[in-house]
Amino acid sequence: MNELVDLWLYLSASPLFGLAATLGVYALAALASARLGQPPWANPVLWTVLLLAALLLASGTSYAAYFAGAQFIHVLLGPAVVALAWLLWQRRQALRRQALALGLAALAGGGAAAASAVLLARAFGLPADIVASLAPKSVTAPVAMGIAERIGGVPALAAVFAVLTGLIGAVTAPYLFDALRIHSPAARGFALGTASHGIGAARALQVHPEAGAHAGLAFALQALLAALLLPLAMRWL
Amino acid sequence: MDGVDALLGGLVARGGMNEAPPRPGAPSPALAGLALLLICQLAGELVARATGLPWPGPVLGLLLLLALLAAGLWRRPIGAACELLLAHLSLLFVPVGVGVITHLDAIARHGLALAVVLLLSTWIGLAVSAWVLKGLPEA
Repeated sequence: MNELVDLWLYLSASPLFGLAATLGVYALAALASARLGQPPWANPVLWTVLLLAALLLASGTSYAAYFAGAQFIHVLLGPAVVALAWLLWQRRQALRRQALALGLAALAGGGAAAASAVLLARAFGLPADIVASLAPKSVTAPVAMGIAERIGGVPALAAVFAVLTGLIGAVTAPYLFDALRIHSPAARGFALGTASHGIGAARALQVHPEAGAHAGLAFALQALLAALLLPLAMRWL
Repeated sequence: MDGVDALLGGLVARGGMNEAPPRPGAPSPALAGLALLLICQLAGELVARATGLPWPGPVLGLLLLLALLAAGLWRRPIGAACELLLAHLSLLFVPVGVGVITHLDAIARHGLALAVVLLLSTWIGLAVSAWVLKGLPEA
């Protein structure tokens, strides 16, 4: 029994644990989601985060010990943001052809999400650092962290809010669009990428190739626009 | 390292980007592309630090990569690395997502308000962008 405890203490303190747990649980969640026919509620990110959080809390493992291993996955978020250029480049013809409509939809949607989050949060009397962490919530987590840092928010909270926003969009958007009678795959995909970044875009791609293409474009566009404009806009908001 | 190289090469080949068979010992396109992405990010971070611009380094790296693509430089390795990273994008959010356990007190204290803010602002963003796109004529 003692040997088992010693072994667990040794393994949970080594970076191997965080890395193996992240990849292992994610692979299982993705497999389960595929088996179930990829319904919105079976989102692999959602279940991986919930299972890992439960595992850490139940075993008394600290987040720092987990992150010692998980950082090897986390560090790839930076180059992944750079890689969004590829999505913009591939869709450069659609972007040029519909520059005005797509630019306006991205600005209006991203602006409405950020402004409503900030105003609602202030109306509820939330502390200023939480309000600033909510502002970049429609932007992909790594960019949201960078923006939050610059506008007086908490990067880790901003990342959590961004992931939650992505999940809310991925899970509830199909019902919202049906209720609003928005049926065009292009509009649905673009809105998902704008308001729910990569997690929404991944969902759109599962449903329809055209929705997925527009979602990818919107998601890259939003990361770029929000990163460039939000730090300036927050001075006035 | 050989295993990683083979895996990256295999994924790229399946992505339909295979042209001439690579020379034995040559780095896979995805690996070279990943180096280019990291260099772009590094350059972006350096510019952000040096100039005090209010923009995150990786976003400046994105603009630099866009410039490389527009100039027609290294499109094949860049494409291979980008496809690989973007295909597994949702996995990359897991480590920060699990970070929620370090903020359980703040979330418990403001839980209801946060839930309302997150839900409503997400729905507002979704509806506004879909309406704008639907309302404007497709040129």
